[in-house]
Amino acid sequence: MDWLNALVQGVLLGGLYALFAAGLSLIFGVMRLVNIAHGDLIVLSAYIALSFGVALGLNPLVALLLVVPTMALIGYALQRLILNRTMGEDILPPLLVTFGLSVILQNALLMGYSADPQNLQAGAIETASVTLGPLAVGLMPVMVFATAVAVIAALQWMFYRTALGRAFRATSDRQDVAQLMGLNRAHVFGLAMALSLAVTALAGVFLGIRTAFDPAAGGARLIFGFEAVIIGGLGNLWGTLAGGVILGVAQTVGAKIDPGYQILAGHVVFLIILALRPRGLFPRIDG
Amino acid sequence: MTLSVTRRTRLSTTWLILLVPIVLLLIAAPWWAGRADLRLMGEIALYMSLAILWNLLAGYAGLVSVGQQAYVGFGGYLFFALTMLAGLHPYAALPLVVLAGFVISAPVAVLIFRLRGAYFAIGTWVVAEVFRLSFAQISSLGGGSGTSLAPDIVRSLADGRDAREAVAWWLALGAAALVLGTVVWLLRSRQGVALTAIRDNELAARSLGIDIWRTKFTVYVVVSGLTALIGALIFLQKLRISPDAAFSANDWTAFVIFIVVIGGIGTLEGPILGTLIFFALRETLADLGTLYLIALGIVAIVIMLFAPRGLWGFLRDRWGLELFPLSRRVSGLAKKEA
Repeated sequence: MDWLNALVQGVLLGGLYALFAAGLSLIFGVMRLVNIAHGDLIVLSAYIALSFGVALGLNPLVALLLVVPTMALIGYALQRLILNRTMGEDILPPLLVTFGLSVILQNALLMGYSADPQNLQAGAIETASVTLGPLAVGLMPVMVFATAVAVIAALQWMFYRTALGRAFRATSDRQDVAQLMGLNRAHVFGLAMALSLAVTALAGVFLGIRTAFDPAAGGARLIFGFEAVIIGGLGNLWGTLAGGVILGVAQTVGAKIDPGYQILAGHVVFLIILALRPRGLFPRIDG
Repeated sequence: MTLSVTRRTRLSTTWLILLVPIVLLLIAAPWWAGRADLRLMGEIALYMSLAILWNLLAGYAGLVSVGQQAYVGFGGYLFFALTMLAGLHPYAALPLVVLAGFVISAPVAVLIFRLRGAYFAIGTWVVAEVFRLSFAQISSLGGGSGTSLAPDIVRSLADGRDAREAVAWWLALGAAALVLGTVVWLLRSRQGVALTAIRDNELAARSLGIDIWRTKFTVYVVVSGLTALIGALIFLQKLRISPDAAFSANDWTAFVIFIVVIGGIGTLEGPILGTLIFFALRETLADLGTLYLIALGIVAIVIMLFAPRGLWGFLRDRWGLELFPLSRRVSGLAKKEA
């Protein structure tokens, strides 16, 4: 029963990791950009929710209504003002610029909020539970998982059924031709980053409700998100959800064996999958 | 009219001649520098080595790693283990650390070379995390809280504190010379020509028959082994090691990347210049603490956006300066043809 419990907890944790990963996957899909500051932006969202909570007395889940658009605006501005200047054949500039951004964000948060761990108080919902057959699981993890599924479904629908998604796919396929067809590449990239950080905002707030966070917490979140993307297969959104679930289960089962193995078990499973299936478990057919 | 190809320029020859008294002066440092200065100079030499190595990896081979702290920490921990647990003399342990660095980095390379570009970067970070978490599990090395180097091992280096500080400095200087020498030799060899070709255009290099995978693999393994050596010396200087200090992404990767980006990525002189600038800034601005790191990040971003070849790249483009005889120049062409 303990093992079944660890398994279920792992699956639900995977929902959070899929949210970490979805934003990463989205911008990679549209503009081949890997954002090293992604984890720090997740943590930044949690701090923004914290500040809204303190200033306006909002429950973090209500504060999401403000945090999501704030992060989307930050994303659009970041892309238009800084990251668009780095886009090109050479992968070094975007990598090093987002790396610099990551260091700046961490230290700015350190100055603004100190190194003390914080967490977001969501009230009674944090301790509420639902019975799932023989198990009682927390309502919050179930909500996070459901949100992850909904976000991935929404992104999938957006990509293949809307004009915006068509613009994303066109720019992803051939930037220059998309430009000729009247798409403004700089604007499309800005929208992609805005959407990515909107998802990041959800991930950050859920992270803050689940565990304590501090300014240095971003690195590990980036790595978890990245592992979920690679396990699931680049460019496959549902694969990313599966990747998050596999990573989550590896961690909770690892922790069950020995608490010291929790994070290590996740990394090891990732490396094994990389060794056996370098393109991930569910690679996109057109790759 | 005869044409000849040379790598030397008047500047590079002058520089190499000047290097002789500079090196002699540095070797004699224990007699003219105070203890604190000597420690600082040792630190500079080790950071310079890390920067030169990372630059070879990222600037020449295009392997942008953000996980070289894996080998810094590995080298430090292995040095502690070999001296304290296996009872080896420090001088015997150092070459073994390099060798072990080669051996462990080879399978790592095979695995993470499957990731391209930026994903390779994060993959190297995962490897560093695996190293950190694994060493934190080894209880004979202090587990998560780390351990100190046993006093008798420190004493086996030299008698008296001043003599030990001198030995630590000579080891750091020697390691920096070894790293610089290896990189200059590598870049002047056939491998180096291949590397420069890969740096300039990977597709063109491949079509000339260069085995890209093998060239990159060689660079990764050589760089990792030498990085492990530097790690061993860093923690020989610190005398204490813990997983968080040994595998710190900030100390061994972020600073090194900033040094190389500011100095000039893809040039041999860049990391050297960058290290000197970095330490000059640190010694004057370190009181600012986190603000200093923010400023460093902003400077690096601005340089990447507006002068991506860094300070040395700027100087070189403008005046064709080159301190080390690396690139070939044709002489004997009539002036108007040139």
